[in-house]
Amino acid sequence: MSPTARPLDELDRRIINLMQGDFPLAERPFLAFADRLNVSERQLIARIERLLQERTLTRFGPLFNADRMGGVNLLAAMAVPEADYEEIALVVNAQPEVAHNYRREHALNMWFVVAAETPRRAEKACARIETSTGLEVFRFPKEREYFVELRLQA
Amino acid sequence: MSTPHSRPTAATHKLDDVDRRLVRASQGGLPLVPRPYHQLADQLGLPPEEVIGRLRAMLDSGVIRRIGVVPNHYALGYVANGMTVWDVDDARIDALGEAVGRLDCVSHCYRRPRRPPMWPYNLFAMVHGHSREEVETQAEHIAALLGPALRARDILYSSHILKKTGLRLTEPASGER
Repeated sequence: MSPTARPLDELDRRIINLMQGDFPLAERPFLAFADRLNVSERQLIARIERLLQERTLTRFGPLFNADRMGGVNLLAAMAVPEADYEEIALVVNAQPEVAHNYRREHALNMWFVVAAETPRRAEKACARIETSTGLEVFRFPKEREYFVELRLQA
Repeated sequence: MSTPHSRPTAATHKLDDVDRRLVRASQGGLPLVPRPYHQLADQLGLPPEEVIGRLRAMLDSGVIRRIGVVPNHYALGYVANGMTVWDVDDARIDALGEAVGRLDCVSHCYRRPRRPPMWPYNLFAMVHGHSREEVETQAEHIAALLGPALRARDILYSSHILKKTGLRLTEPASGER
């Protein structure tokens, strides 16, 4: 959660700004980016590894979209009593279908995305959470997607 | 920057069992080696060309949104992550949702159902900023765009990432469809 202890250097920033997409599907995919960044393939790989260890990056690789597989990304929320918050977060996070979970400041204070290959699996995950926690899961399925494109500038 | 914007009725790309094994092998991340797709191929007992070909097909159909690094917002100084939510006139929401989605500050924008009385909002737009003031300034732009169609609003800031792994396929789902 807290920002990384080591301040980002120029190479870190360039990797983050350049490499949020378009990683090649090629035999040696790091090479083209290494050239653009003026580092060796080995240095680039080592730096990505370090950024992952430091948690500046949460992941490196393909970002899958369950929607396009015929599945769903279901946004859901719960109003969790403060005293039980940590315990309930563990229950929710333990479901493999829960892809993201955020604490938010609102009466509905836990917001998570259930990503599953079929709508039925997403629904079953929500039902399991309701059974284990005794709390209602408010479902907010998307009715229209107007825009999705998250790229952050470092 | 790529990706088509509004896609309410996208065709789906049904995965076969080999695709699904490939998704499971790569969803946690690519191997950090010079030939990551070859390593996946070895792991899965597939020719490397097939791994690359299948990933390309998934990228083309949108099953893979993109391949690259996924930064942690907080580590980059985006400490104010606001889910701005709006109660917008149903008759106007689709045109206005498209317009809100085109604002540079908005990373995700969706129409979702209201859950009255707890939740009157039907438009969700994510805004990431370096401060809450920045997010609030952006929210004012959204409000101005919504104009008289706007009936109620709120901003829900995230105060903690509890989990962020992305999709995880579990055991094969065939037979469930």
